[in-house]
Amino acid sequence: MAKIIVDGIEVDVPPEYTLLQAAETAGKEIPRFCFHERLSVAGNCRMCLVEVKGGPPKPTASCAMSVKDLRPGPNGEPPVMFTNSPMVKKAREGVMEFLLINHPLDCPICDQGGECDLQDQALAFGRDRSRYTENKNAVENKYIGPLVKTEMTRCIQCTRCVRFTAEICGTSDMGNINRGEESEITTYLQSAMRSELQGNVTDLCPVGALLPRPQNFRARPWEYSKTPGVDISDALGANIRIDTRGREVVRILPRLNEAVNEEWISDKARQSVDGLKLQRLDRPYLRENGKLRPASWAEAFDAIAAKAKTAAPEKIGFIGGDLSSVEDLFAAKVLAEKLGAKNLDARQDGFKLDPSHGRAAYLFNATVEGIDQADALLIIGSNPRWESPVLNARIRRRWRAGDFPIAVIGEKHDLTYPTEHLGFDPAALQAVARGEGFGAVLAKAERPLILIGAGALAREDGVALAALAAKLAVKGDWNGFAVLHNAASRVGALDLGFVPGEGGLTAEAMTKAGALDLAFLVGADELTVQPGAFVVYIGTHGDRGAHRADVILPGAAYTEKSGLYVNTEGRVQMTDRAGFPPGDAREDWAIFRALSAVLGKTLPFDSLAQLRALLFKAVPHFARIDQIEKADAGALSKLPAGEIGGAAFVSPISDFYLTNPIARASKVMAECSALAKGALKQAAE
Amino acid sequence: MPIAAAIKSLFLKEFFGAFFLAFRYMLKPKPTINYPHEKNPQSPRYRGEHALRRYPNGEERCIACKLCEAICPAQAITIEAEPRGNDGTRRTTRYDIDMTKCIYCGFCQEACPVDAIVEGPNAEFATETREELFYDKQRLLDNGAIWEREIARNLAADAPYR
Repeated sequence: MAKIIVDGIEVDVPPEYTLLQAAETAGKEIPRFCFHERLSVAGNCRMCLVEVKGGPPKPTASCAMSVKDLRPGPNGEPPVMFTNSPMVKKAREGVMEFLLINHPLDCPICDQGGECDLQDQALAFGRDRSRYTENKNAVENKYIGPLVKTEMTRCIQCTRCVRFTAEICGTSDMGNINRGEESEITTYLQSAMRSELQGNVTDLCPVGALLPRPQNFRARPWEYSKTPGVDISDALGANIRIDTRGREVVRILPRLNEAVNEEWISDKARQSVDGLKLQRLDRPYLRENGKLRPASWAEAFDAIAAKAKTAAPEKIGFIGGDLSSVEDLFAAKVLAEKLGAKNLDARQDGFKLDPSHGRAAYLFNATVEGIDQADALLIIGSNPRWESPVLNARIRRRWRAGDFPIAVIGEKHDLTYPTEHLGFDPAALQAVARGEGFGAVLAKAERPLILIGAGALAREDGVALAALAAKLAVKGDWNGFAVLHNAASRVGALDLGFVPGEGGLTAEAMTKAGALDLAFLVGADELTVQPGAFVVYIGTHGDRGAHRADVILPGAAYTEKSGLYVNTEGRVQMTDRAGFPPGDAREDWAIFRALSAVLGKTLPFDSLAQLRALLFKAVPHFARIDQIEKADAGALSKLPAGEIGGAAFVSPISDFYLTNPIARASKVMAECSALAKGALKQAAE
Repeated sequence: MPIAAAIKSLFLKEFFGAFFLAFRYMLKPKPTINYPHEKNPQSPRYRGEHALRRYPNGEERCIACKLCEAICPAQAITIEAEPRGNDGTRRTTRYDIDMTKCIYCGFCQEACPVDAIVEGPNAEFATETREELFYDKQRLLDNGAIWEREIARNLAADAPYR
């Protein structure tokens, strides 16, 4: 530890701390533009200048000088640093004046106005007037993709975006061309950015140069009401802030959570918001003579009740969706129990593991934070870049820290870090298990991480593959068996036991013709029930499930209800309601409650609080919000081994931008998807 | 009774004082005016009915920065904005002022960076129904067209003091 005196306050900090961090430890704020905690140090904005004793006799960039670079005084006194001396004030005013020379005075038409670092810092640290009367520099706007709008005259060349794409995204899309006054930030030949995390540059940009294009000119930052939420576009459960203006969700921003998403979210999480307004189901529908017609709730319930009376319990089934909250599934499960139905399943993709295999068999046991400690990684049947871009960025960060061998079994994808490709099919995994090739690396590793996706676990031989992979993952206290799910609701559903009861059918079996007489789809849009069954769809969007449905009951999307979601590592997270569902739509659990009364099987709760009380009694760890209930690794060794097929692993996601009904309804995501497909084609040529 | 007060009341001092005051006012010019036909002089800073102005080339000034909406203490202003279809510039699609809420403080015109929303010299906009006082963008732009000359003159007259 090294001592340093900041404005008369002596603090003890690690010697590698920068002066800026030391000042923060002492509670002194230093203005900055180019410096960002998660990016490398550039030191080019010069806004963080401070005065030091024991260093250069001129203002010093505090982000780029560390405490250990400073000399102690002649009698061994700690180095001294000032953040509010006249020299610092003058230096900041000078830097700010230079920054503002070419920055346009268009705050009133700039969407960043009100949340702009430059605006705030010019007010706090700048001079109150300009001495510059010459012409300002103007820069042409660049096209860098459908998600980010550019206004390059506003750019102050902090290069945060350049460092972000190079370091976090790993795509190196952006760069700085020319020098001096002519320097410009752009993508190569103005091509669109290729990263699934590109939306984050709009948060990083300290000025209004990079702005979210879909929200262009729509609202001012002070107009939003902000609600903490959880992202449901993948199973990572990234923490988000839902910004609503009036009744409308306008934008979604990341919320800081070091243990899950740090401060990034994927583009699908951020920009599929327009899908919340399009294709929405806002009233019940009833199919008559092959056509859906609007109906009242009473009519819809009566139609279901008539069918439920004749259907035998073993011919009634419930399929849970990928975006359902735990509460929705719990209400469905209680109703199923009351009806005597055993056909329950939330694993639309045919995921093979269930709670009977032990909780460790379906969790990302190593936890997301555990990626930082892992020392070798084997990816099996998964494409983390598409299945969870933020998690992939975390893996990339671990790889950047060095000494992290990564191998892939399954489809070949550009994962933004170099990988050793071992093979396409389970034979490669069997070879690794025998200790050949990469197996030796894993055997040597103290904390190997085995990331296994639905590409492997949703196969017929999924359990056997899990058993094989689990053998490589557990070493002493370390459990590196990491299942990466694709559905936000999956772990919650499995924890809840939303799986077939004794003799019950799986989701796949339920869709077969003649399997069911009455099927309830709780937001299940990824499969189609074959003709024969009477299908009740409870969901939000006019997607696959609604097209097949005989009765549609409109539900609430994830921004419109308070709900619990359990992410792939088993972390329980709660969202708040940011708005209300459109029209006659209601929250899903309330629909089940109302329906149950019509069916004569009234559910034992009348409010969300009562439902949660029952839920917490049934599964106590749901009550421990933001915590991970550790799973017993012993269950992994009991996984039954079995015959393993020879077919190649197929990644479950073929189009990153269109994986759920909300994203499929979104125009922005459609544009991104078309662009990404075009880019793939180009790459193939 | 003190002697001074006795003299005052003996000679009817208050009576004659009031009499002469009334007499003086009788000879002065009359302050009352024949209102609809005659009007008092008006300051260029007078804060009357609102108007949205245009540039001389016909382009509307308002750029939907929403500063007037933000500063309005009575929350009388409602704005919706989006990029305009033909050129993608930042424009309002809705600009409403609820004149029944407005307290005529003039903060909106102080906040406006482009002198788009102004409080013009007109004070004669009484209506028969409440609804007529919910002004929309068209109404405000029409006001601007009607009062532009006076508004421009007032702004020019007040400019040296800003």
